[in-house]
Amino acid sequence: MLEMIKISKEFPGVRALNNVDFRVRKGTIHALMGENGAGKSTLMKILIGLYKADSGEIKFNGELVKFQSIQDALNAGISMIHQELSPVPYMTVAENIFLGREPRHKNSFWVNDREMERKTVELLKQLEISIDPREKMLNLSTAYMQMVEIAKAISYDSKLIIMDEPTSAITEKEVEHLFRIIKWLKSKGVAIIYISHKMDEIFKIADEITVLRDGELVDTVLSSQTSREKLIEMMVGRELKHLFPKEEAQIGDVILEIKNFSRGKKFKNVNIKVRKGEILGVAGLMGAGRTEVMESLFGIVPPDTGEVYINGKKVNIRSPQDAVKHKIGFLTEDRKFSGLYLPLSVKDNMSIVNINNYIKTGLINHKALEDDCNKLVEMLNIKTPGLDQIVNNLSGGNQQKVLIARWLLINADILILDEPTRGIDVGAKAEIHRLMSNLAKQGKAIIMISSELPEILGMSDRIVVMHEGRLTGELSRAEASQENIMKYATGMVS
Amino acid sequence: MLNIGNLNEVKNKTVRTNSYKIDLKNFQTIFILLGMIVLLSILTPAFLQVRNLMNVVRQVSLTAIIGMGVTMCIITTGIDLSSGSVVALVGVVAASFASDQYPLIVSIIIGLAVGALAGFINGSISALGGIPPFIATLGMMLAARGVALILSDGKPVTNISSSFEFIGGGYILRVPVPIYIMLLCAVISHILLKHTRYGKYVYAIGGNQQAAIVSGINVKKYLIMVYTFAGIMSAVSGIVLASRLSAGQPTAGVNYEMDAIASSVIGGTSLAGGIGTIPGTIIGALIIGVLNNGLVLLNVSPYVQQVLKGVIIVVAVLIDKRKKR
Repeated sequence: MLEMIKISKEFPGVRALNNVDFRVRKGTIHALMGENGAGKSTLMKILIGLYKADSGEIKFNGELVKFQSIQDALNAGISMIHQELSPVPYMTVAENIFLGREPRHKNSFWVNDREMERKTVELLKQLEISIDPREKMLNLSTAYMQMVEIAKAISYDSKLIIMDEPTSAITEKEVEHLFRIIKWLKSKGVAIIYISHKMDEIFKIADEITVLRDGELVDTVLSSQTSREKLIEMMVGRELKHLFPKEEAQIGDVILEIKNFSRGKKFKNVNIKVRKGEILGVAGLMGAGRTEVMESLFGIVPPDTGEVYINGKKVNIRSPQDAVKHKIGFLTEDRKFSGLYLPLSVKDNMSIVNINNYIKTGLINHKALEDDCNKLVEMLNIKTPGLDQIVNNLSGGNQQKVLIARWLLINADILILDEPTRGIDVGAKAEIHRLMSNLAKQGKAIIMISSELPEILGMSDRIVVMHEGRLTGELSRAEASQENIMKYATGMVS
Repeated sequence: MLNIGNLNEVKNKTVRTNSYKIDLKNFQTIFILLGMIVLLSILTPAFLQVRNLMNVVRQVSLTAIIGMGVTMCIITTGIDLSSGSVVALVGVVAASFASDQYPLIVSIIIGLAVGALAGFINGSISALGGIPPFIATLGMMLAARGVALILSDGKPVTNISSSFEFIGGGYILRVPVPIYIMLLCAVISHILLKHTRYGKYVYAIGGNQQAAIVSGINVKKYLIMVYTFAGIMSAVSGIVLASRLSAGQPTAGVNYEMDAIASSVIGGTSLAGGIGTIPGTIIGALIIGVLNNGLVLLNVSPYVQQVLKGVIIVVAVLIDKRKKR
């Protein structure tokens, strides 16, 4: 039914897809798997008309199609359930489902609310979803929001539905329900592309499975003819290119220990130790809870229970201020959201956390501050015309270096780096890896969260893996391999 | 200060920055101001007379002083709509203590305290209560005006000592006193913004509030400080105005906050936060003041003046945006 032939797509500096072939047969459930960054989302975005492929063609029902917009895809019979839920919170269920195509009173301007409600009731009844169509979206639980999103995609009467991580927010009961709906759709001849990391679900429901890796097609297999191990092998088995060999560092005593860290549904019972001079890799899939643990360690959202020990002494960290006092630095996951002061200069971005050290009788000692900032620019090889350059104008890699400089300026002993090389080019990546290695050699403790297995394997002395809020595995550098990290990450071995 | 371990000798490239100089390059608005002055000098000879220029700057000083406080609020992506009402309130209160019964310092201190209190309330409600500054200061705008009317019973508060009158009406070395006050406030505000930790934090909070939190900045505390300072600036303006009018007028200061905000924005302060300066605000205030004065001298109707004021704000911001591309 669907044929995507030799699709390629490039973004500046990154080859997202390279000659990928992807075929889905009518009335089948086809799973699409791969690591974060393998190209799954990009492929689907091309399919629904959000992106345009650089080369390749798409055939739908035997005909060549070229979607210029999502509307084109919808009209052709392809709809998608997105991973990120974005309903209009103040509108009702019915209004959200029919957003943009509200039934009108004969040819007039006015929306026919009654008709819209009636259609919604019918739809929900068919799918056996018990929600009042007049309920406002914001009053629904995330699980129910997901169900509404599913209902919406189905209401387009599509012949092909893409489901991107549809079970990320729902409980087991709803998952069963969803599967019933999927099977019913299948019986009507609808094809479904099911993107998920959850092996159990995939083996329960998928007929065929396609695995992508680093933007290339690995293979398409029948689910009956493969196994979990084979899939993992397909997802990760690669030559470890672009690895920066980490230099040996002298690993000292335990400097940081987290005991019994728990916060609601985000993470439970996490215990982590980090030593001086050590790089601890924290692996896991998105949503595993890694960032949340670090946010709690740093005091952004204090944990419900748990204790933190620095150099053997118990410390109380209830705010980032406390964390900074204890010489902990945190390079956040999304630098544009919570790291950089985009309208401010390189100098300000580096020095704001440590401004106290440069104050003499209430006034800032600009010369001393600039001297230190210049030293860091030199040391980290930050490419900028000057300290006054607005940080927004720097490249991603240099922005990241500015942030690392920030934490070096407070002489942090413990550095938490959340996806330190995300969104930067290969050259800058290597530099940052080299920098991390140097810092470890100086005796700093580094906690590195990363979703890139080569990075985890290449840089870590020890690796802990999280899955759905729990610590599922701990491996030394020698023991670790892509396969067993993936195993822990997908919850196969607890 | 910085102990980076055993790394290679780092050559100290002194890339000197402009921390101590006021970066004129960024103030393209100054050219607008100069252009206007030149134009008006040609069109009407009355403009360049010393007496007229002194008048303009003295009038502008009221707006500029308020503008300094508001600029800090806007830098943090907030705003202060209550300035005009606080001007009236402080005028009434200060005037009440400005008779010969009390030493001059009493009325000034009480006036500043009232302004600080109003600002403190503004800041607390928005930072702690999570209410948008627009709404919090809007409420204060209405309430403060009401309190001013209550305290004064709707009538101007007179019986002002001559020493109090000196503040707004006096001259030192042939220059009106309010101009000195404005300059003093400008120096203090500028130093606060550019040379203290407080200032850095203000820019940080406006640049990216979430990043400020992660940097360990006590965002709430500094937001309260910002609004309190804005309240104090409004109070200064209120005292000067009451002095000039020789009375505490509960109906004074109407729309002063609008002029202050306009001055700040024309002067380059960005409503998106993180950007703004004191010199810029003063230039913005001067542009509005010179425009007003010029139009009066040219006998243009006050109604047309209003329209032009509105146009200039939009044009100034457009030019600023173009430049930033």
